[in-house]
Amino acid sequence: MASFFDNKARAAAAAAANGGSSAKAAALPKEKGNLQPWVEKYRPKTLNDVTAQDHTITVLQRTLQTSNLPHMLFYGPPGTGKTSTILALAKELYGPEMFKSRVLELNASDERGISIVREKVKDFARMQLSNPPLHYRDKHPCPPYKIVILDEADSMTQDAQSALRRTMETYSKITRFCLICNYVTRIIDPLASRCSKFRFKSLDQMNAKRRLEEIAELEAVKLETGVVNALIKCSEGDLRKAITFLQSAARLAGAIKAPVDGQSKKRKLVEDDDRNAMEIDEADHTTVTVSSIEEIAGVIPNNLIKDLVKAMQPKVRGVVYNVVSKVVTDAVADGWSASQLIIQLYQQIIYNDAIPDKQKSKIVIIFSEVDKRLVDGADEHLMILDLALRVSGVLAEN
Amino acid sequence: MALLVDKYRPRSLEALTFHENLSERLRSLAQSGDFPHLLVYGPSGAGKKTRVVATLRELYGPGVEKIKIDSRVFQTTSNRKLEFNIVASVYHLEITPSDVGNFDRVVVQDLLKEVAQTQQVDQSARQRFKVVVINEADHLTRDAQAALRRTMEKYSPNLRLILLANSTANIIAPIRSRTLLVRVAAPTEADICKVLKRVGNAENFSESEALNQRIASDSGRNLRRALLMFEAVHAQNEKVSERTPVPPPDWEALIAQIADEIMAEHSPARILQVRAKLYDLLSHCIPATTILKTLTWKLIPKIDDALKADVIKWSAFYEHRLRLGSVRNRYYHCRSSS
Repeated sequence: MASFFDNKARAAAAAAANGGSSAKAAALPKEKGNLQPWVEKYRPKTLNDVTAQDHTITVLQRTLQTSNLPHMLFYGPPGTGKTSTILALAKELYGPEMFKSRVLELNASDERGISIVREKVKDFARMQLSNPPLHYRDKHPCPPYKIVILDEADSMTQDAQSALRRTMETYSKITRFCLICNYVTRIIDPLASRCSKFRFKSLDQMNAKRRLEEIAELEAVKLETGVVNALIKCSEGDLRKAITFLQSAARLAGAIKAPVDGQSKKRKLVEDDDRNAMEIDEADHTTVTVSSIEEIAGVIPNNLIKDLVKAMQPKVRGVVYNVVSKVVTDAVADGWSASQLIIQLYQQIIYNDAIPDKQKSKIVIIFSEVDKRLVDGADEHLMILDLALRVSGVLAEN
Repeated sequence: MALLVDKYRPRSLEALTFHENLSERLRSLAQSGDFPHLLVYGPSGAGKKTRVVATLRELYGPGVEKIKIDSRVFQTTSNRKLEFNIVASVYHLEITPSDVGNFDRVVVQDLLKEVAQTQQVDQSARQRFKVVVINEADHLTRDAQAALRRTMEKYSPNLRLILLANSTANIIAPIRSRTLLVRVAAPTEADICKVLKRVGNAENFSESEALNQRIASDSGRNLRRALLMFEAVHAQNEKVSERTPVPPPDWEALIAQIADEIMAEHSPARILQVRAKLYDLLSHCIPATTILKTLTWKLIPKIDDALKADVIKWSAFYEHRLRLGSVRNRYYHCRSSS
């Protein structure tokens, strides 16, 4: 018996020691945080933290109070906070202790064929509710149902989806489903009609900006003016992308900060164009520049696009081919991504007011066709060349 | 005797000759102890793989080079058995999921989870995580890529992925937003010349500046190809001068011949001849895309300026058709008649 108590005491001591070390870890947030992607680290913990999806959040807040939840279908472009929202909601509903027993999260990395839906999901849905410990309800509402989160539901097969139909209805008393997808059209109608739909719109500039600045401040990353705008432009409303870019850029800047002896000189030479390199060495913080963001995002330099546009201007036809093919060959050999090139070229041409509308519409058809081909996996070099030549053909029409 | 390409492959980041900026960046990432998922893309022969191996060495030290080849059997949901080869060292795995075609999802799910759920065995290892290198990531099916998404986030303490691809067009956006994109551009001709010169000196080949230059421009900025051509030339000739012909691969010679024939005469009989030759090429396992592309480049200089745009248009069109898996030869009929 004595040893038993002893054990307990030891455990307590160990816990205390652990607590001490975690406190120490908290004192060095950089050490610890480094191991985790910022996307995970700054995932919103409560519904209130979720940025910008006001409508959805108000509805969900209300359900938090009334403890009644419909089946839900979240859809919207990537990086708008769909998974974060449902996880935050589940956490608020159940708290850390009940979370495991009340929430089943399945995503595309799990096997999700029809057999899984039949067995695992059904078993979970059927399971009786466990009772929350005493006084636990004071902190968390713990409503009398479980939640099944099917992340990336648009990659589920039709069969698996239709196997869900009846399951959702039969066990609706004790289980709620939350489907998350990018394309609502890939969810079969019977499922969609059983859920209340929430559209997640891509983040507007203001909110994204605020969040990014917040993170930068917390991580003690210095930003050059304009970096946040560049991030938002490159990420196209995808906050996760923006945060990943920011972290990568900060890593690059931070890694350069700590030079190995003897090589620092060389490194400075390499980073010569980076005007802040000297500053980085002195200061504890790191500065992220616009150019580093663009490099990470794979944005093609404007000069190249301009060259291409210039090459495409109508001339005597033969000349067009030679000039265009040279620019394209170089671009491909430099490894620029074709899809990125197309997007940037598209913007360049569409916002050019000198081109009449009729031609623009023809050009857009060409763009969409080539985009489809690229998605199908066609050869990039031929496709870009074809695109450029056909567009220049249209330009020459008048 | 190893090929020159393998013999002089740089083993460490310092030894890499071009794109110093990039190597520097990779090194600083490897040293920072906080290594992100990478997506390395660029044209073939630009040194993607070499760079990745060098980075791994920087991460773990020379232990990475001790590799063994494992054969594993996976089972699909429909109980089909798949055999799959894995190149592995203590610290990293290298897989080419596109080998198993449509079943790559199974492999990705099973294997990565298995790797991710165990910790690094070697306590003395420099990094806590293991690295999985995925070759030909642009040939992964949608399903397999979708399966990667959450795995990358969930198991990030134990696992880092390095994806190698020729283009990012086929990689779905969620993956792109989770990785650090690393673009490896093809070496410039001057870069290739430098490498050729260095290799030539090390091998005691007689040297010819102009020949090197020509090899570099013929190789289409593909270093591997340049080195192979370089070796071929020196293997065939004891002494080289600037006029020594660079022998093209025989399939390329044949395609050039086809191009000539197409230009020389437009008649049904000629079409049949060309067709026979094309089947010959196909039966020698030359990928149809390669044939099409090479033929296009060979034809372009020979035809009217006005027709060039059309030719490109049709070859792009049929290239796309090829990808979708349709019949090949129709194309040349159009070509001949144009």
